[in-house]
Amino acid sequence: MTWLNDTLQGIFVGGGYALTAVGLSLMFGVMRLVNLAHGDLAVCATYLVTTVMAALGVPFLAALLLMLPVAFAAGAVLQLGLFDRALRTGPLAPLLVTFGLSIMIDNLLQQTYSANVRGVPAGSIDVAAAHLGGLVLPWLSVLKLVLALVVIGGLSAALRFTGWGRRVRATSDDVAMARLQGIRVRPLFATVTGIAIAAAALAGTLGAVTTGVYPTLGTLTLIFAFEAVVIGGLGSLWGTLLGGILIGVTQVLVSQVSVPYATLASQLLFLLVLVVRPQGLFGTPQADGQAAGQAAGAEA
Amino acid sequence: MTALTVQDLDAGYRDFQALFGVSLDLAEGETVSLIGANGAGKSTLLMTIAGALRPWRGRITLGGADIAGLPDHQRARRGIAIVPEGRRLFPSLTAEENILVPSTGRGAGPWSLDALYELFPMVAARRSQRAGLLSGGEQQAVAIARALAANPRVLLMDEVSLGLAPAVVDGFYRLLPRIQESGVCILLVEQDIDRALAASDRALCLLEGRVVMAGDSAGLDRDRLVSAYFGAPSAPGFSATKTAGAPVPLDKRVPLDKPVPLDKPVPLDRRVPPDRRVPPDKRDPPRNSVPPDNPEVPR
Repeated sequence: MTWLNDTLQGIFVGGGYALTAVGLSLMFGVMRLVNLAHGDLAVCATYLVTTVMAALGVPFLAALLLMLPVAFAAGAVLQLGLFDRALRTGPLAPLLVTFGLSIMIDNLLQQTYSANVRGVPAGSIDVAAAHLGGLVLPWLSVLKLVLALVVIGGLSAALRFTGWGRRVRATSDDVAMARLQGIRVRPLFATVTGIAIAAAALAGTLGAVTTGVYPTLGTLTLIFAFEAVVIGGLGSLWGTLLGGILIGVTQVLVSQVSVPYATLASQLLFLLVLVVRPQGLFGTPQADGQAAGQAAGAEA
Repeated sequence: MTALTVQDLDAGYRDFQALFGVSLDLAEGETVSLIGANGAGKSTLLMTIAGALRPWRGRITLGGADIAGLPDHQRARRGIAIVPEGRRLFPSLTAEENILVPSTGRGAGPWSLDALYELFPMVAARRSQRAGLLSGGEQQAVAIARALAANPRVLLMDEVSLGLAPAVVDGFYRLLPRIQESGVCILLVEQDIDRALAASDRALCLLEGRVVMAGDSAGLDRDRLVSAYFGAPSAPGFSATKTAGAPVPLDKRVPLDKPVPLDKPVPLDRRVPPDRRVPPDKRDPPRNSVPPDNPEVPR
């Protein structure tokens, strides 16, 4: 029963990773943009929530809901003002630009909030849990997993069944052709990045309730999210969910034996997937070739 | 009433100029075919009209409004649709999703999804198939349907027959009159001169980025058109660089009753006189060739 419970806790942890990673996966899938500032933007949102709570005296959930539209807008503005320009310059520029953004955010946060770990006072939800036989269901973890399922399920359905999703997929296939069909690509990309950053902000803030928040947390967040995306298969949202859950389960199970090895174990899982199935669990080799072809086309 | 006019258009890619002072106009409901060899600038002209390339100079007007400064997606919404060379469907979308992509900016018109399926029954049968998995002919049908779905005023069709079996191409050209009847005007790029002339009201010939010949499709002298196509200096009074669309005066025209087969020696009376020959070292290098002193250039 302990093992079963540990696996369940791993799935919950993985749900959090997946919720962080879904935006990374979405942005790569649609725009071939690897956002290295993804984790740092999530950390920014967490600091925003704590600041709003302290300044306005509003409860955690209210501050969280207030933060979401701000995160969406920040993502959209970043896309319009920065990432669009970087994407036009070729496949390398977005990496450099987002890496630079990551370092800037990191240092600005240290300057403003100091490097100390700061708690996120979420109130009773922090420790509340239900017990079901030998299984523990911490409400916060359940919430993260449910949100991951809702966000990924909702996004998948929107991409598959709506006109917006059709335009996003068409643009992902061939940007130049999408424009010639009358698609306004810039607002479309801005929406996608807005959604991606809002999801990361949500996941980061909920995650920080357990771990506390500090300026360099973003780097660690990015690594796990990145691994979830690669394990699941680039651009596949359900693959990202599976990748996040695999990492979470591996970490929790190994941490029962030895806590320091938990992080190492998830990195080894990542390496193993890269060796055995480099396109990821849900990825297709053709999709990789296509992405590579597009990158080559952009360079030419 | 002219639907589309292009005036004195220069365009190209980075430091390579592909179009030099190209002018043309399309009346409402008219079909104009664009003839020329590979690299003559036909696709560049279509892409510049559609907005994928910014013109360097010149005017493009649609229904009287200047659209040369508009981005491509706005031109699409104003009624310019393109069937691009190589079809360029969205491979991960189904056939039907491809056709529905431009529907957000669509104008009012006859081309509903049902009408398109009636025009192309083979697309209707495979509507749920991913476009990347369709045959070449099916993909071309989807590409035409996708362009028509926007109910455009101007339809730009780039080498619809490229890479397709002749029977399939015949099928498309049999459908063309039905598309023309809907009132759309068509700028048609076609390698097959006879097909192009048969399908169009007027024809333009491009050579090295310039309009070297223009006229009614029915009245064009096919042999002169062949000369213009290859830029052969066999017709005195015909210059690739100077005519720019103006017809050659009657008294300067050279009667060419039969085209010269390429595999036979040129008869003496048709040979280029020595004083008009270009010595080998002054000739332009062949297109797309790699200079011998620069083996590093990737082919």
